[in-house]
Amino acid sequence: MTTSAAVTHDRFADYTLNDAYDELFDGKAQPRRPYRRLYKELMNLTPEELGRSKQKADLSFFNQGITFTVYGRKEGTERIFPHDLIPRIVSGSDWEVIERGLTQRAIALNLFLKDIYHERRALRDRIIPAEAIYSSHHFRRQMSGVKVPRDAYVNVMGTDLVRLPDGRFTVLEDNLRVPSGVSYMLSSRKVMKQIFPTLFRKYAVRPIEQYSQLLLSTLRSLAPDGRRDPTVVLLTPGVYNSAYYEHAYLARQMGIELVEGRDLVVHDNYVYMRTTNGLQRIDVIYRRVDDDFVDPLAFRVDSALGAPGIFSAYRAGNVTLANALGTGVADDKAIYAYVPKLIRYYLGEDPVLDNVETWLMTDAAGRQHVCDNLHAFVVKAVGESGGYGMLIGPHSTDSQRREMRSRILADPRNYIAQPVLALSTAPCFVDGAIEPRHVDLRPYVLFGEKTVIVPGGLTRVALRKGSLVVNSSQGGGSKDTWVLQN
Amino acid sequence: MLSRVADSLYWMSRYFERADNCARVIDATHTLMLSRALVSADEGWFRALVCMGMPPDPHTNDPQVAIGRLAADPGNRSSIVACVGAARENASQVREEISAEMWEQLNRLFHEVGRFEIGPEDDEAVMRLVGAVREGSYSFYGVTETTMSHGQGWRFVQLGKFTERACAVSMLLDAYFATDTHANDLDWVALLASCAAFDSYCKVFTADLQPARIAKFLLVHPEFPYSVRYSVERMQESLMSIIALSAGRQRARIERIMGRLHAPLAYTPVSELLSGDLHAFLNGVLEQCRALHAAVHETYIDYPIEVAFQS
Repeated sequence: MTTSAAVTHDRFADYTLNDAYDELFDGKAQPRRPYRRLYKELMNLTPEELGRSKQKADLSFFNQGITFTVYGRKEGTERIFPHDLIPRIVSGSDWEVIERGLTQRAIALNLFLKDIYHERRALRDRIIPAEAIYSSHHFRRQMSGVKVPRDAYVNVMGTDLVRLPDGRFTVLEDNLRVPSGVSYMLSSRKVMKQIFPTLFRKYAVRPIEQYSQLLLSTLRSLAPDGRRDPTVVLLTPGVYNSAYYEHAYLARQMGIELVEGRDLVVHDNYVYMRTTNGLQRIDVIYRRVDDDFVDPLAFRVDSALGAPGIFSAYRAGNVTLANALGTGVADDKAIYAYVPKLIRYYLGEDPVLDNVETWLMTDAAGRQHVCDNLHAFVVKAVGESGGYGMLIGPHSTDSQRREMRSRILADPRNYIAQPVLALSTAPCFVDGAIEPRHVDLRPYVLFGEKTVIVPGGLTRVALRKGSLVVNSSQGGGSKDTWVLQN
Repeated sequence: MLSRVADSLYWMSRYFERADNCARVIDATHTLMLSRALVSADEGWFRALVCMGMPPDPHTNDPQVAIGRLAADPGNRSSIVACVGAARENASQVREEISAEMWEQLNRLFHEVGRFEIGPEDDEAVMRLVGAVREGSYSFYGVTETTMSHGQGWRFVQLGKFTERACAVSMLLDAYFATDTHANDLDWVALLASCAAFDSYCKVFTADLQPARIAKFLLVHPEFPYSVRYSVERMQESLMSIIALSAGRQRARIERIMGRLHAPLAYTPVSELLSGDLHAFLNGVLEQCRALHAAVHETYIDYPIEVAFQS
C-alpha cells in the first residue's frame, strides 16, 4: 500500500459500510460515479479545513436567522437548523425516475381527492374501503361537492423518499397538507455555493433557485375565474409557529404579504386583508395553517388562527386555498397503503415508485402478527407527522412496546406498521470525521396549471449515529441535494 | 401595507422612545439628586414619576423605590425594562418589515437590560443601565435611519417616535413648571438634560438659565430635535406621507387635528403662550396628540369594515 493510499484510507477510516445502500461507496468500497469528484475533493481537504468550512456555513445560517422551534422543550426553543456540509448527490438518471414517479403520484392523488369529494367511484368499485376514508381524521365532509380550481387539490406536495438496499427509491410517506422544509433546501443551496464554489461549478448542479417563482405562478394559476392580476397571500399561524421562518422567507421571496388570521376580514363571501389603504381583496391564500384552524365557523370553533367565513367564501369559489382543504385524507398513513392500487385504477399505469410494505392494524391477522413482533416493526400513528407518535421496534424498550401494543389494540385504525427499513447512508462530516449517516429525500412537487418539480429537495439526515429518524423535531439535520445534469 | 404591521411598527417605535425618555429622565434626576443638599430628594423623584405618567404613591417616596420603579420594575409598564421588552415584542411580530440590523440592536438591548439587578443604593447599576439604554438608542435610531427603507413602514416608525416625544416633552415641561416658584438653576439644568438639550440651549441663549427661555426653547424651537414643535412637525411630515400613500382613506379628520396641534406651536407668539395658562396649553397638546393617535388608529389600523366598503 502506497503512502497516498494510506492517507486515502485514513480519511474514511471511520466510514463503516453495513447492509444499507451507501450513496458514496458501492459494494466493493469504490466511490460511485456521481460521487467520484466529491470523493477526490474530500481526500484533499484536511479535517481542519472541513471544520473551518463547517463553521463558516453555521455562521451563515445563524446570520440568516435560519432556525426552527422545538415543541415541548422549555429552554432555548429556537435553534439553528443542524446542517451537514457534504452534499448529497443524485445522478441525472435517478432523478429522471424520481421526477416521473412523483408526477405520476401527484396526478393520481389529485384524481383520488377529486373522486372521494365528488363521485366516489373508487369506493363503489371497491378499490378502497369506504370505511378507510370516512374514519380518517383528515377527511373533511364539508368538502363534498366543493369544486376547486383546475381540480388541483394538492398544490404543494412533499413526498418523502428513501433509498433501499437494492438502490431503488421508494415512497416512505406523502405530505399533502402543509409540507414544510423548502426554505432549508433553498438557503442551504445558497450557503453551499459560497462554501464550495469550484466543486459546484465542476459538477454542473441543476438549479433550484426558481422554486419561489414557480410556486408563485402555481398559486396565481389557481385564482378564481376572471381574476386577471390575482392577489396572493401566505397565511401563517404567526411568529410562534415552528415554521414561521419559512413562512416569512417564502413570502419575501415571492413578494407577497405574510398575513395572519387577524388581518383577514370576510364580507359577503369575499376575503379581504386589512391594509393601511383599506380592505384589499384576496384571491389565493397559500395557507400554512392546518385545515382545522382555517375557519372557526366551519371547523374548530376555538381557533383564532384563521378567519370566520373563509370556508364559505372558498365554497363559493371567491377565494382559493392552497392546498385545498381535506387533502390530509390522502396522506393518512393507512390510505397510503392503497396508493399503488389507486395509481393503477386512475391512470392504468404501474407505479414508477414503489411503496414501502405496510401493515394495516385494522386487519386482524396483520395486527396479531405485528403485535407479536413489535421489535421488528416501525409503528406510526396514521395522522401524525414530524416523527411524533412513532415506535421504532429495534430501538424500543419493553415498556414502550407494551404501551404501543395497548394503544394499537385500543384504536387499530390509528396505526400502521412497516418493516424496519435500512435507509441509505450518505457521507456526513460529524465531529471532525467523515461518517455514514442515514438519509431520506423530500422533493417538492408543485401542481397547478402544470406539474413541476425543481431538481432537488430536502435531504434529511439522522445525525445521531445509527439513528433512523430524520425529522428535525427529533434531532435530524439536513444537507444540500445536488441533482446532476446526467 | 397590512394594518397590523403598521400598528406593530408604530408601537415598537413608541415604546422604544419611551424607554429612551425614561433613561434620560432618570439620568437627569439622578445627577440632580447628587446635589441633594440643594433640593429635596423626594421632590425630584416625585417629579420624575409625574413626568413618566406614574402618579407616585405618597407613602413610598423613597428615592430608591422610585428609581427601581422607573428603571427595572418589569411589572410597571412604563419602566425602561418593560418598554424595551414591549418594543422588542412588537418588533418580533414584524421581523420581516424591519431590517436585520434593527432587530439585532433591539434584541441585544433587550437582553442587556434584562440582566440588570438593581439593589438598594446601587447607583452605579442604575447609571450603567441608563448608559446602556442611551447607547442602545443611538445605535437603534442610527440603523433605523440608514438600513430601513423610508417607505410607509418607516413613516409609521417616525410617527410613533415623535408622537411619544411630543407627549413626553410636554409632560416634562408641565411637571417642571408646576414647581417653578421654588425651582433653582439645578432644576432647570435637570429639565434641559432630560431632553438632551443643555448644550443646544446654551448655544442659543448662553448658560443664562431663564425659565421663559427654556420653555420657549423646548416648546417652539423649530430645529431642536426634542422641542415639541420639532416633534409635531415630524409627525406632520410622516402623516402627510402616509396620507399620500393611502389614497383610499379619509383624511379630513387627521388633517384637522394635525392643524390644530401644529398651529399654536408654529404661529402663536411664545410670550402669549407663557403669559397664559401654560398647564392648560400643554394639556391641550397632549389631548390633540391623543386625538390624533385615535384618528390614525381608526383610519388605518382598526377601521370598521362598513366604512371600508363605503369608500
